[in-house]
Amino acid sequence: MSRLQTLFAQKNKGILNVYCTAGYPQLDSTIPVMHALQQSGADLIELGMPYSDPLADGPVIQASSLQAIDNGMTLVVLFQQLQHFRDTITVPVILMGYMNTALQYGFERFCADAAAAGIDGLILPDLPPYEFETEFGAIIKKYGLDFIFLVTPETAPERIQQLDALSTGFIYAVSSSSITGSDKDFSPVEAYLQRLQEMQLRNPILVGFGIKDKYTFDMACNYANGAIIGSAYIKAIAQTDTIEATTKAFIDGIRS
Amino acid sequence: MTTTATFQQPDVQGYYGNFGGAYIPEMLYRNVEDLRTKYLDIMHETSFQKEFRDLLKDYVGRPTPLFLAQRLSNLHHTNIYLKREDLCHTGAHKINNAIGQVLLAQRLGKKRIIAETGAGQHGVATATVCALKGIECIVYMGVKDIERQAPNVARMKMLGAKVVPATSGSQTLKDATNEAIRDWINNPIDTHYIIGSVVGPHPYPDMVARFQSVISEEIRWQLKEHTGSELPTHVMACVGGGSNAAGAFYHFLDELSVQLLAVEAAGHGVNSGMSAATTQLGKSGVLHGSKSLVMQTDDGQVVEPHSISAGLDYPGIGPLHAHLFESGRGTFLSATDDDALTAAFELSKLEGIIPALETAHALSALHQIKWTEKDVVVLCLSGRGDKDLATYMKAM
Ligand SMILES: Cc1ncc(COP(=O)(O)O)c(C=O)c1O
Repeated sequence: MSRLQTLFAQKNKGILNVYCTAGYPQLDSTIPVMHALQQSGADLIELGMPYSDPLADGPVIQASSLQAIDNGMTLVVLFQQLQHFRDTITVPVILMGYMNTALQYGFERFCADAAAAGIDGLILPDLPPYEFETEFGAIIKKYGLDFIFLVTPETAPERIQQLDALSTGFIYAVSSSSITGSDKDFSPVEAYLQRLQEMQLRNPILVGFGIKDKYTFDMACNYANGAIIGSAYIKAIAQTDTIEATTKAFIDGIRS
Repeated sequence: MTTTATFQQPDVQGYYGNFGGAYIPEMLYRNVEDLRTKYLDIMHETSFQKEFRDLLKDYVGRPTPLFLAQRLSNLHHTNIYLKREDLCHTGAHKINNAIGQVLLAQRLGKKRIIAETGAGQHGVATATVCALKGIECIVYMGVKDIERQAPNVARMKMLGAKVVPATSGSQTLKDATNEAIRDWINNPIDTHYIIGSVVGPHPYPDMVARFQSVISEEIRWQLKEHTGSELPTHVMACVGGGSNAAGAFYHFLDELSVQLLAVEAAGHGVNSGMSAATTQLGKSGVLHGSKSLVMQTDDGQVVEPHSISAGLDYPGIGPLHAHLFESGRGTFLSATDDDALTAAFELSKLEGIIPALETAHALSALHQIKWTEKDVVVLCLSGRGDKDLATYMKAM
């Protein structure tokens, strides 16, 4: 069983997935941040690979990406940093990023290096199902990586089925058709999450975008297996010198 | 990649050879798919065609003249015809596409139009057509471009559009495009995004090329009136994203006797680190929803280009042009900032036409070819120079 499957087999409620940007706030923060997240009780880590033009992300994550690029983060550096991370980090870790950086690195080399480092899966929001099925999916599978597709309130039921069939690990339910970290009212999203729940998908569902505190996390968890927090955490660690304490306080605030 | 593509038309997935497709996050899927399944049907409707053609004629002022530039021809010892897109209402070819897409958006039931703009020409064209149709219009523009293109910002505001500064990233066209796409993600129901060039996810490159193809449709019959033949030996155009070039090339793409010359902006020089010559400097990659040539670092970060002309200051190029480049069907040249300035003054004095700085790049490249007296060259004069007067005044 993959680490993701094991996680969802052991726990299917209240799963907390936290996003962090590799190389942020400092170039060497990647591993300490992941440690702090695991230590504080995150079930899953989504590690962002910085890209200059992250279409599906909001201003907070874009700013953290640009900071990370300025800090010197590249995929080459990232895979160096990840060389021994499995010695201490046991929670599943998923890489999130955009096609262009993976293509430049060489898509197969990218998958091979990710798998060799102990990465469990990928989220590449701008890799659509057609290109996944005709070209890239086979490479991702060859290296045993899970691949997570996104669905939104605008995704038609048949397409949700299709994306569920292509995904392994979990399905990423975008809480509203919005970029990450937006402040939209959460309540209209509940009907959509309920609809998803009733579809009985084969993959677990994690809700992302706009999850920022205990209230929104708990609400998402009413309808799904868990939720993903990104921008709110990036904001929390932006100014801190004490990653561990800040991360603990942040996650305690969600879990309490 | 299926084999049904011609140079003119991408395959069903939107690929021109190795380039194109729709690399978009799921949040954009419904809108882009809606467009993909409907754009051809709508464009072929009789009522659409009538309204589009009537507006091109009575509002834009088409057909634009095809003018034999005699003194310029004498200078180059050949025959040069200028396709006068500078005489379109609002001063550039951009309005052909803006009209087409606004009419399409209305038929898709959209109530709100968003656009990105660099030089402001596409923004002005979109704001103009939205004013004409009484539709809300929001234009995203990089903070740096807002500073360097003040008259066009004022025009958009006077036309009732809201100009939103793009403050992220490098604060120019690429970031204005990111912000417009984000707006679309946040407003998936009522909004249509009018992309200003032959870039973006399928079907945008094909759709914009079709709306601009009126340029070469006219060139064919106009050239026949002038010379007795519909086919020139060469068609030339400047390339930012590539929409005026796509329009000027369109009806010649599969006429292999016609040479297609595309001119990019070399900025301070192709290898100066301050350039926008994408085919020279770019590598295959994904930007703004399609696979094409993209100027980027070894790590895949998109780099900020440079050109004196804001309309060519883009780190990518439409997938059609990437394919023309890779296949050798098109010849790609470049002109520097200084070359373009010189050419702008040259045309003004020789023909009494002050061209846009973008167009001046194509004019400059006339000097890079050894012409013969038998050549018949059509150059797309994509826009007029009013918006560039501040730059020209500094160069006087
Ligand atoms: C006059 C003119 N020509 C050319 C361009 C470049 O765009 P494209 O390459 O899409 O024709 C612009 C863009 O603003 C323009 O204003």
